[in-house]
This record gives sequence, structure tokens and C-alpha cells, in this order.
Amino acid sequence: MIEAEGLTKFYGPISAIRNVSFSIEKGEIVGFLGPNGAGKSTSIRILTCYMPPTAGVARVDGLDCFENSIQVRQKIGYLPENVPVYRDLTAKRFLRFAASAKGVAPKRIAAEVDRVVAACGLEKIAGRMVGNLSKGYRQRVGLAQALLNDPPVLILDEPTIGLDPTQIIEIRHLIRELGENRTILLSSHILPEVAQICQRVIIINKGEIIATDSPANLTSQLQKTAKISLEVSGPVDEIVPSLEAMAGVLKVTPEGDGKNRLTIETDQSKDMRPEISRMVVLKGHGILELRAVQLSLEDIFMQLVTEDPAEEGAKS
Amino acid sequence: MKGFLPVFRKELHAIFASPIFYVVAFIFLVISGIFYYVILSYFNSLSFELARNPALARQLNITEVAVRSFFLNLSFILIFIAPLLTMRLYAEERKSGTLELLFTYPITDAAAVAGKFAASVAAFVVLLVGTLPGIVAFAMAATPAWKPILSGYLGVFLMGCSFLSLGLFSSSLTQNQIIAAVIAFGITLVLWFIGEAKTITGSMAVGGVLEYLSVTKHFEGLAKGVLDSRDVLFFCAFSIFFLFLTLRQMSSYRWRG
Repeated sequence: MIEAEGLTKFYGPISAIRNVSFSIEKGEIVGFLGPNGAGKSTSIRILTCYMPPTAGVARVDGLDCFENSIQVRQKIGYLPENVPVYRDLTAKRFLRFAASAKGVAPKRIAAEVDRVVAACGLEKIAGRMVGNLSKGYRQRVGLAQALLNDPPVLILDEPTIGLDPTQIIEIRHLIRELGENRTILLSSHILPEVAQICQRVIIINKGEIIATDSPANLTSQLQKTAKISLEVSGPVDEIVPSLEAMAGVLKVTPEGDGKNRLTIETDQSKDMRPEISRMVVLKGHGILELRAVQLSLEDIFMQLVTEDPAEEGAKS
Repeated sequence: MKGFLPVFRKELHAIFASPIFYVVAFIFLVISGIFYYVILSYFNSLSFELARNPALARQLNITEVAVRSFFLNLSFILIFIAPLLTMRLYAEERKSGTLELLFTYPITDAAAVAGKFAASVAAFVVLLVGTLPGIVAFAMAATPAWKPILSGYLGVFLMGCSFLSLGLFSSSLTQNQIIAAVIAFGITLVLWFIGEAKTITGSMAVGGVLEYLSVTKHFEGLAKGVLDSRDVLFFCAFSIFFLFLTLRQMSSYRWRG
């Protein structure tokens, strides 16, 4: 549904993105993840036909974003970053304008506006000036305009930024609902959000794509070693040597918080937990906790974006 | 021209919802009313003085004295009014970021430029309609020649369109409304007086070009009731030229990102 091929964009001499390629299938919810200034908005603005790329091709539903700009724009509902809205129009008037600009037939405009007003819970404030609305409502007005004319593709640039926790949960809920029959690309620098909503994540840093996969696959791929957390009832000093002696155990680190906790790094290939528990019990200790530690998306992200500087030096 | 009507309608709403228009309309009507009054009372005192001299009184022509100078004054107010009507059109969209919406809705840039221009012209026409009661009162008291009045209004309208297109262009250059207004104001003022520069240039050719560029020169004929296609064409070309520049400016803005 969405394809990017070698997208490059220069702002004067500075390149914002370099050779960005990815593709998104119909019906997917994909998260575009990266720290601030990584090139998320630049890529999104190219896909939404806001600006042409310096090099490369972007396609939506097989149509070139530059050559067939108007047709592409017809298919996309876009919520820009910072949610620009016409402050001196009422919410309803603004949505009416957006609907007619998106080519909704004049007779259907009223019904279409009512539909998105209901979908985004805007009934109470529809008659008020957009400029006087709270940030949360303004965000929803922005989302409502993106939904007008029921576009098959939704592109949301940081849809939850600046909202309070309740509103964030509401918006996420809405996005997940919308994703049931649409293709959605959303950008964010908040990881749990992406992990919760998206089926696939594209991680971008310093203008280049560094990873694309599902949150689960990313985790297992990057986890070179399995980590096990162990808490026992007695002093840990006695079992550390025997743990280290076991085949498959790579490293044992006591947590040192006075709770007899250990973190054990083992070979990825097999689950060491049964063996470890047997050994601890044989030593006469009780097991308070024994669990495999999953690397969170946060860890992966940190791992990816804080790359080894030496490695980077070798590349360039 | 996909998207012309939605943009046109939205701009009309924005113009008539903002206080700028009402302040501008108030000032415009007060000033044009003062000019109207001053001109008519001047004509009044002139005709009293000439009443003693029938030969001269017969040469006194209300069209020549009153109508012509009324339109000249009206057109002079335009220099100040037009930039105020257009300054927000693109500058505000840029400042508030809504240009991103306009650029990503399925409407062509040309339609957006045309829609905005048409909305500002419509607002301007409303201002002009506000001066009609003066003409009606005038028609009740005297028997005016209608043709010079019509051609005078046509002249003011065409000149207004030219200034509005220039204002639209200067609004597309910046995100600051005041800068947009000042640029438009500066250029129109120069074009107003540029004809005078003819006398100080040594060469005839340069003087001729300057005179051709002078908006006053092209307006004078129309204000007198001389409908010359060259003048009409000048104002049309003027408007189209700046609308075209605005369109170019929009694509340049897109490419720069």
C-alpha cells in the first residue's frame, strides 16, 4: 500500500534522510520510531505529498506521490505533527472545509462531518472556535479531519504528543479500532506506544533506517544472550561458583541489593531454567523467583540508536 | 481547478469572522466619506463663485471636477487598504502550520491561490458597495453622467484586483503579516509615484517605461470615463503576473520543504 524507494531529502546542504526504503502492506499498522530529528517527519511529508524528495520514489497504492500527487492525496488522511488547525473557524466549519476540500460531494458533507464528529467524540465542542479548544480536543479535531472521506491510508505524525494519560489511552484505542480496516503509519518516539499498537516497527535514526520488524522479532533478534533473573532465600555467594561452572552459562552478576538476587546470562540456544532450579535446590536454598528477562523495545531502541562509535567510524 | 470553491468559501468565512475586515471597512468608508463630502462642498462653493460669470459657469462640469477626483481619491485609499485585506492569506497559513493541510489536501496549488484571491476580491467588492449610497445621493441631487461613474468604478475595481494580487504575493513571501503588508504597501506606493520619475530620468526610453508602469497613469483615463483597452489590459496583466508569482512561490516553498 505504501512504498518508499531510496528516499533522500536535502534541506540545502544538510541531508535529513538518506536512502530510506520500506514498504507497508494493506491493512498493517506500522510504527515509525526514532528519536527527535531522526527524519520521521521528513519521510512522512514526502509520503503525504507535502514536498517532493530530492531523490527516490514514494508510492501509495501504486501511484507516484510526485507524479500523481492529487490522486495520492485523495487516498491519505494525514494528521501533521503539532496538529495545525484553522484557529479562527469553528470545529464544524473547519471540518466542513476539510470535507469539501477532500472532494466529499456537497450533499454528503453534513453527514460525513457528523460521522467523524461522533467517531472522535467532538459533539460537545463542534460549535466552538478551534483556537479556544484544549490541546486534547484540538488533537481530536485534527484526527477527525484526517478521517474525513474515509481514506484507506492514515498517516499520523506523533498522534499522542502533548496529551494527558487518559487522552493517550483514548487515542490509542481509537487508532486500534481504525486499524481494523485501514493501513496506518504512525510515528512516535514513545516506545511502549508503538509496541502496543503496531504490528511492525520501522526504526529510523540520523536519517537512515536501521531496523524493520515486528516488536517481538526485534526483541528476539537483538537478544544475543538469554537473561535469567534469580532470587534465592540464602546468601548467593555459595551458588555463584557452581552456576558459573555450568555448561551454557556465560556470566553471573549478583545484583548486590541485599536481596540475594542474580542475573545470569546464558546461551540463547536452550532454556537453562530447569537445570538452574535443580542445582539451587540441591544446594539447600529456596527459590523465591526465577524468570527469563525479556528485552523491552526500549532496550533494543537504545541498543540500536546508541551504536558503537567505533563501528560507525569503520563504516564511513 | 479542483478545490477552488472550498478554499474560496473558507477564506470568506475567515475574512468576515476576523475583526481586521471590519476595522478596515470602517476606516475605508469614513475616509472615502470625508473625501466625498470635501469634493462636493468644493464643487458647491465653486459653482456659487462662478454664478456671477455665466460664460465660465457653462464650462463647469461636475463629472470633470467631482466624479474624477472622487475616484482618484478612492484609488489612493486602496494603497493602504488592499495590503490589509491580503496580508493574512498566506502568512497566517505559514505561521500556524495549516499550509501543511492545504498542501496535503487533494487540491491544486493554483486552485488555492485562485480561491484566496477571489475571496479577497469579494471582500473588496463589499467595501466598494459601501460607497454606493454616496452615488445614489449624488444622483438624486444632480443628473450625473453614468458612463464616467461606471468606468470609474471599473477602474477602481481593476486597480484593487491588481493591488490584491500583489498583496497575496507578498503574503506568500513571509509568515509575518505585518511584513507582508509593508512589502505590498511599499511596492504599490512606488508604482503609484513611478510615473513622476519620468521627468528626472534623462533618457526618453527609460521615462517611457516608467510611465507605462505607473498605475496612476493607467487609472486616470478610466476615472475620466475613457475606457481604453490598453489600461484594462494593463491591470489584468498586472493581476495575472502576481498570481503567477504567488503560484511559483508556493512550489518553491514545497521544494525547499
